[in-house]
Amino acid sequence: MTVLGSRSKKSSKLGKAMPAVTKYVVPPLVAIAVILVIWQLIFSGPDANLPGPITVLQETWDPLIIDPFFDYGGTNKGLGLQILASLGRVAIGFSLAAIVGIALGILVGISPFVYRALDPLFQVLRTVPPLAWLPLSLAALQQSDPSAIFVIFITAIWPIIINTTVGVQQIPQDYRNVAKVLRLSGPKFFWKILLPSAVPYIFTGLRIGIGLSWLAIVAAEMLTGGVGIGFFIWDAYNSSRLSEIILALVYVGIVGLILDRLVAFVASKVVPEEQKG
Amino acid sequence: MQTLNTTALKRPEVLNGDPFLVIDNVSKIYPTPTGPYTVLDGINLTVYEGEFICLIGHSGCGKSTLLDMVSGFRKPSEGEVRLQTKRITEPGPDRMVVFQNYSLLPWLSAFENVYLGIDSVYPNKPKAEKVAIANEHLAMVGLADAANKRPRELSGGMKQRVSIARALALRPKVLVLDEPFGALDPITREELQEELLKIWSDHQVTVLMITHDIDEALFLADRLVMMTNGPAANIGEIMNIPFPRPRNRARIMEDPEYYNLRNQALDFLYRRFAHADE
Repeated sequence: MTVLGSRSKKSSKLGKAMPAVTKYVVPPLVAIAVILVIWQLIFSGPDANLPGPITVLQETWDPLIIDPFFDYGGTNKGLGLQILASLGRVAIGFSLAAIVGIALGILVGISPFVYRALDPLFQVLRTVPPLAWLPLSLAALQQSDPSAIFVIFITAIWPIIINTTVGVQQIPQDYRNVAKVLRLSGPKFFWKILLPSAVPYIFTGLRIGIGLSWLAIVAAEMLTGGVGIGFFIWDAYNSSRLSEIILALVYVGIVGLILDRLVAFVASKVVPEEQKG
Repeated sequence: MQTLNTTALKRPEVLNGDPFLVIDNVSKIYPTPTGPYTVLDGINLTVYEGEFICLIGHSGCGKSTLLDMVSGFRKPSEGEVRLQTKRITEPGPDRMVVFQNYSLLPWLSAFENVYLGIDSVYPNKPKAEKVAIANEHLAMVGLADAANKRPRELSGGMKQRVSIARALALRPKVLVLDEPFGALDPITREELQEELLKIWSDHQVTVLMITHDIDEALFLADRLVMMTNGPAANIGEIMNIPFPRPRNRARIMEDPEYYNLRNQALDFLYRRFAHADE
């Protein structure tokens, strides 16, 4: 029924058989083109503070665009390698946050006492900006790489905890009643009712978490240095290579989008069909 | 209550039995900011083994609260409910509940929903036997072919069948049904009533069922418990339904007694205890 409904709506609004390519690809391309033209017009003068798109392309074409994986030693590496380094940190920090966050979220969701004890704490801690943790973690861990990973961890964990908790708390009373009357054991309740019921919320938390991780890693790397897209941007700024910053921002945005879609894709495979909104 | 047709027409096994399920002077009182609120006030009801009891009453009269105390989801504020002289304190598989909204787990197939209960209640039975029990009860409700379907692929009537299969697979002593057919269309409802009746007589299970439908109660029940309006609701009247079993819907409806009883129940619900907003 819904298929029929949406189809008829589509045909009445947009005419018949418009291919998906025309419908979904052309409008953003037009928008990008318009933005590029405006950008070029604004920053085309000789006194412009920022490079226009053509300048950016000219200055970054060789070697940054054509070879993302060059390695001239030190931090002088292609953008692909820089991003991989950042992604590696995100992978470790985010995975740890997912494991600890889901476990803690389930615990907090199951026990009203633990909820009352910890929730106020979580609500305060989650508002602490990611970078505010960095000095502390540098002081405690003494090394830049683990510190950056800790910042990812502590940034991503709050939405994972909070969403998992909500997911456990919202298990419908009906299912809890079924569990009671069947006297389901703890593990059975966990696998057959709690987890399937909470998994959409868990993935909402993971999706917010991965987004925040990517935001945080760029900022953290600016301060910790080393190979990584964040320090690449900072280094480029210090050497006045503004075109490289702009190129890096494009890459950061695209990778962030891919990460978000990746988690959404995993969710679409894992979340029970019946649980999809 | 009229005494003209009481014990003589009860089923024989009921006549001789000891009290099976006893609701003994049960009250339910909730504290509220404006003082205690009495939902049920001093309910007494004795149910015999194998009886089919229907409860009827206007919404808000505490029928569901009463059944919740039988199934163990709530505790009486005063009095107690006993099953075979044992006080009921918590839910358990000896008092299986069939909920109005089916309460099937949507991510499990019909078979898995039934199997989950069996597996939980009989953890030590061999797997093959548990599978056989699940399949047998799905077949009993006519769903052998739909065993692998998820609840969302099933109609309302089929879902309620799965729910009944899940309950009966555990061989409960009491089957508690809270308006089980309320959400179904009339034809499906009649089909399921007949199936429930057949299952009940095959299994010899004791049934407590809430309904809003007088005809449903007259077709199914041995006794119809009519509740007064809340707050502080009580049992207003208990009607014996004398029609012989196995019952045939058409034949019952030809019986002049049917309309006599029906009018009595209607009179109770819509004149003597008419709801303010109905």
